[in-house]
Amino acid sequence: MRGWKPAPHILLLLPAFVVLAAVVVVPLLLSLYSSFTPFRLTRPDSIYTFIGFRNYLRLFADQEFWVAFGRTVLLLTIALNLEMVLGLFLALLVEKATRGQRLLRTIMMFPMMFSPILVGFQFKFMFNDNIGLVNNALQSLGLTDRAIPWLIDSQLAFTSILIAEIWSSTSVFAIFILAGLMAMPKEPLEAAKVDGCTPLQSFRYVTWPFIMPFAYIAMTIRSLDIARAYDIVKIMTDGGPAKRTEILWTLISRTAYSDARMGLANAMAYVAIFLSILFTILFFRQLAKARQQIGAEW
Amino acid sequence: MATVSLKNLVKKYGHLEVVHAINLDVADREFVALVGPSGCGKSTTLRMIAGLEAISGGHIHIGDREVNNLPPRQRNISMVFQSYALYPHMTVAENMGFSLKIAGKSQDEIASAVADAAKTLGLEELLDRRPSQLSGGQRQRVAMGRAIVRHPDVFLFDEPLSNLDAKLRMQMRTEIKKLHAKVQSTVIYVTHDQVEAMTLADRIVIMRDGHIEQVGPPEEVFRRPATRFVAGFIGSPTMNLHNAVVSDGRLVFANGDTLPLPAQFKDRVSAGQKVIFGLRPDDLYPTGHGIHSGEAAEVHAVEVPVSLTEPLGNETLVFAEFAGQDWISRMLNPKPLRVGDRINLSFDLSQSHLFDAASEKSLRG
Ligand SMILES: Nc1ncnc2c1ncn2[C@@H]1O[C@H](COP(=O)(O)OP(=O)(O)OP(=O)(O)O)[C@@H](O)[C@H]1O
Ligand SMILES: [Mg+2]
Repeated sequence: MRGWKPAPHILLLLPAFVVLAAVVVVPLLLSLYSSFTPFRLTRPDSIYTFIGFRNYLRLFADQEFWVAFGRTVLLLTIALNLEMVLGLFLALLVEKATRGQRLLRTIMMFPMMFSPILVGFQFKFMFNDNIGLVNNALQSLGLTDRAIPWLIDSQLAFTSILIAEIWSSTSVFAIFILAGLMAMPKEPLEAAKVDGCTPLQSFRYVTWPFIMPFAYIAMTIRSLDIARAYDIVKIMTDGGPAKRTEILWTLISRTAYSDARMGLANAMAYVAIFLSILFTILFFRQLAKARQQIGAEW
Repeated sequence: MATVSLKNLVKKYGHLEVVHAINLDVADREFVALVGPSGCGKSTTLRMIAGLEAISGGHIHIGDREVNNLPPRQRNISMVFQSYALYPHMTVAENMGFSLKIAGKSQDEIASAVADAAKTLGLEELLDRRPSQLSGGQRQRVAMGRAIVRHPDVFLFDEPLSNLDAKLRMQMRTEIKKLHAKVQSTVIYVTHDQVEAMTLADRIVIMRDGHIEQVGPPEEVFRRPATRFVAGFIGSPTMNLHNAVVSDGRLVFANGDTLPLPAQFKDRVSAGQKVIFGLRPDDLYPTGHGIHSGEAAEVHAVEVPVSLTEPLGNETLVFAEFAGQDWISRMLNPKPLRVGDRINLSFDLSQSHLFDAASEKSLRG
């Protein structure tokens, strides 16, 4: 080592590189490597057995995995669309408020402040078939006299999870779109009025193109969120009953810990990450296009 | 076709009244300029005519329709905004054709109308660009193009040139004048640049604090200002305006200096009346360096010291001290002067103005 004298700027950056490597690169490589082994937590030495792509091959034939994968994509699609529509609606309403807008904005953010675990418990309680608020309300109103099995029937459970997801995160869309609305110059809207637009046309041709980039940012963030969704589902149904609401990450964690097949779980995780990357690229493309369209300077 | 008439038009923001029952009749094809200092209510008035601002009282008629409660889209007007307000996500062609598209015109109709307007305004090369790729002057022209494609009954302009540099502003001023001669529509044009108002308008409306002070052709508001405010607002450099008291057929200034009472006002003032005396710099010149106003001229010369000079090349503005105050005079065929030099200053009293000090109204008949 003597005589090796790195340039000072490299020397100064070295600690940062070391820390970064220790906390990011090494675990990442390790998990990637372990996805090529039959690693089980119960048999630590299995990590040294290299089995190539066998985990991945197995995954591609694994129906359970693909069902969870499909369900995650479905959850993502429905949730994003509904959150988009609701968020837009909320943002437009709040923007119209002439008084107390600040308060409304704060209230709007409340659901985001809740930990997803808490949201899960809250909705688990509300949708409980015996003591839940929802059934109670439905029964008191005389709309039904049965106890609807919200968290047990597979479609109802999926819907319940969807509702919890939407409740907790619609405000992400609302806030981004509201930011867009507030940043929007008012003159083009007035010009549109003079040019003969009805309020609906003004929205369609002027407001919407302007807030689209903001909506895409929210979509990117939320698609990553939902592709990683875990807590709410874990609490509400734990992927059950009988795997009726299994999504990617509940499946992955079950495989890793309950079944103790860490190698396989890591392989699943890498496929899941691939999904996230795909959505990110998709939305960033749209974002770039939309931004260019409005000649945005950011 | 398209007259515009305002009757007792009022605008209030909450309890604050910013436009006080103004009346104005604009003839068909007339070019009317609204001028006045910042905050006097020009934009508010224009926006009420456009329908962008609700009115708090009175009536607006465009043609023979009362439009008080019609939304902007039913008023058949075009507006050019100070900030241009182009649609950032549309190309120049789309910006200009937008109103026609909304009106449900066919592609061909839109294309030909846009091509026409682009030709008039020299925008042919730029039709595929977006507003962010244009210079200020080009954006301004696109905004005008957007206004003319739809052949509105009335054009409304809100300080369309105020974001341009001086040279471009002059150029666009000429363009607007040509354009008006060509499209022959009624125009209401807000500006606080009196040169724009004087050069463009058939009639000028001078506003102050939500009131109309005077309405008239440029020549008239310049020659016969109805109030002290108009006298001070129109004309550059501004008119000399100084307080005086009438006494023994003379005007006595605060420090005791006097001028003869101009002949035209002899029968219009009474002794002891407090007045404001006004004289434009053009009618106050170092003797031998001005334009004599002809037979009726009533020249009175006084020897005064020079306190400042502003040489402009073909003329020099000379600030001279008389009656304890600085007076601006315009010196043609200038000769060099130094501060402190004593000069002989000619007051052409036949061109002077006199306003009552209390009401600030002109004492001319
Ligand atoms: N939304 C509003 N709320 C309260 N007061 C307002 C509002 N808009 C304008 N005003 C007031 O109305 C008055 C007239 O404003 P306006 O914009 O018409 O002035 P302007 O003559 O166009 O001035 P400028 O030459 O600066 O554009 C001003 O005193 C302004 O403060
Ligand atoms: Mg204004």
